[in-house]
Amino acid sequence: MSSLDPRVNRLDTKKVKDGELHTNSHLITWEVFHQEKRGKQVTHCGIVHASTPEIALVLAKEQFARRGKTTNLWVAKTTDIYTFSSEDEDIFETTPEKTFREPGAYKVRGRIEKFQKENKADV
Amino acid sequence: MYGSTNITEEDARRMNVSDEEPEKLLAFEDRIARGEKIEPGDWMPKEYRRQLLRMIEQHAHSEIVGALPEGTWITRAPNFRRKLALIAKVQDEIGHGQLLYSAAETLGKTREQMLEDLLNGKSKYSNVFNYPAKTWADIAVIGFLVDGAAIVNQVINSKGSYGPYCRALERICYEESFHLKQGHDNVVYLATGTKHQRAILQDAINRWYRPLLHFFGPPDKMSAHSEKLMKWKVKLASNDDMRNQFLDQYVPKILELDITFPDPNLRKNNDGIWEFSDPDWEEFKRVINGGGPCNAERLEVRRYAEEAGRWVRQALLNPQEKYQVPLA
Repeated sequence: MSSLDPRVNRLDTKKVKDGELHTNSHLITWEVFHQEKRGKQVTHCGIVHASTPEIALVLAKEQFARRGKTTNLWVAKTTDIYTFSSEDEDIFETTPEKTFREPGAYKVRGRIEKFQKENKADV
Repeated sequence: MYGSTNITEEDARRMNVSDEEPEKLLAFEDRIARGEKIEPGDWMPKEYRRQLLRMIEQHAHSEIVGALPEGTWITRAPNFRRKLALIAKVQDEIGHGQLLYSAAETLGKTREQMLEDLLNGKSKYSNVFNYPAKTWADIAVIGFLVDGAAIVNQVINSKGSYGPYCRALERICYEESFHLKQGHDNVVYLATGTKHQRAILQDAINRWYRPLLHFFGPPDKMSAHSEKLMKWKVKLASNDDMRNQFLDQYVPKILELDITFPDPNLRKNNDGIWEFSDPDWEEFKRVINGGGPCNAERLEVRRYAEEAGRWVRQALLNPQEKYQVPLA
């Protein structure tokens, strides 16, 4: 094969017998977490496939820390992460209605002003 | 970088949802209509899964194969700064392939099976990567115009309905903005340079003009429509609309450099629509079916890489390891 690419011409492509993958075996799937700055949350950013956690970290660095700022990366086996089923999403449905958990639900200024007005009138 | 997915007549015919549970289908379509994203664990129609998987997989292959024409010039970049930029860009493209394979995997096909289907020719990739990069000016034109076309397509697709694909595309578009800027820088540098530099740039534009028109797929009147795919936000704009948006954004940026396109009929009409000569859609079909100038070389290089690297892969494998679909 004559290519415009000198690197391709250096390959001994005649050596290739089947050039296929063996799909009956797989590497481990790792979930990758990224921390942008000290003090920031570590957040999920994607996955890599690797045979060991050390290689997973190297690949995660190449994939998710090529530019911008990074202080650390974490990897965890996908099988070690437990999640709710997406069918159970409704268990969170009423949470936004629980306004008694929000600071905005506690407004007293009007009551204070009313009290002060009435108090003054009394004196 | 990537070209848009072509939906064939056969695919459109296969779009059948009659065996889906009507209640679930309705809830699914309501969710998309409300602008919500679909996540991997959610119920989805079989056709939604199949079409998305095919589309994301083709996109991933395009990123991997797309690195080959550009890689041609890494060893001969004209200076160190250009070499660093080109290496970074090629690495990004491979990274984009990885991100997209991850997104496709969440739909239930293993990465290994996808790679296998690339090698055996079952899966396609974008036609544009079956053309050679003859001179350094090709690298400039690829970086500016092929990536520019890809960004038009990817920005539109990032508004789609499938969460993992949208997240991958957002990251990809962010990185491609550097590709575009360095490509423009490269084009402008050649266009404002010596006579020879202008000549190789003009020659590269002449050769890439047709593949760029092919990039967004056949004209709407020639391609199969699927309203379902539009409704499901798998496809978000027609081929012609995307092509027009691309021409509108990029043709003036070439013309202002006093470089021309090899088409006397290329012009914008009074309705704001770009007109151009027939770019030979037979050639488009020939290249898809393996008849392009570099189809054989691209796959041969991939097959070589798989075979020459197999021993490393085998040394790393644990035969007991079971494949695990990524979470998101």
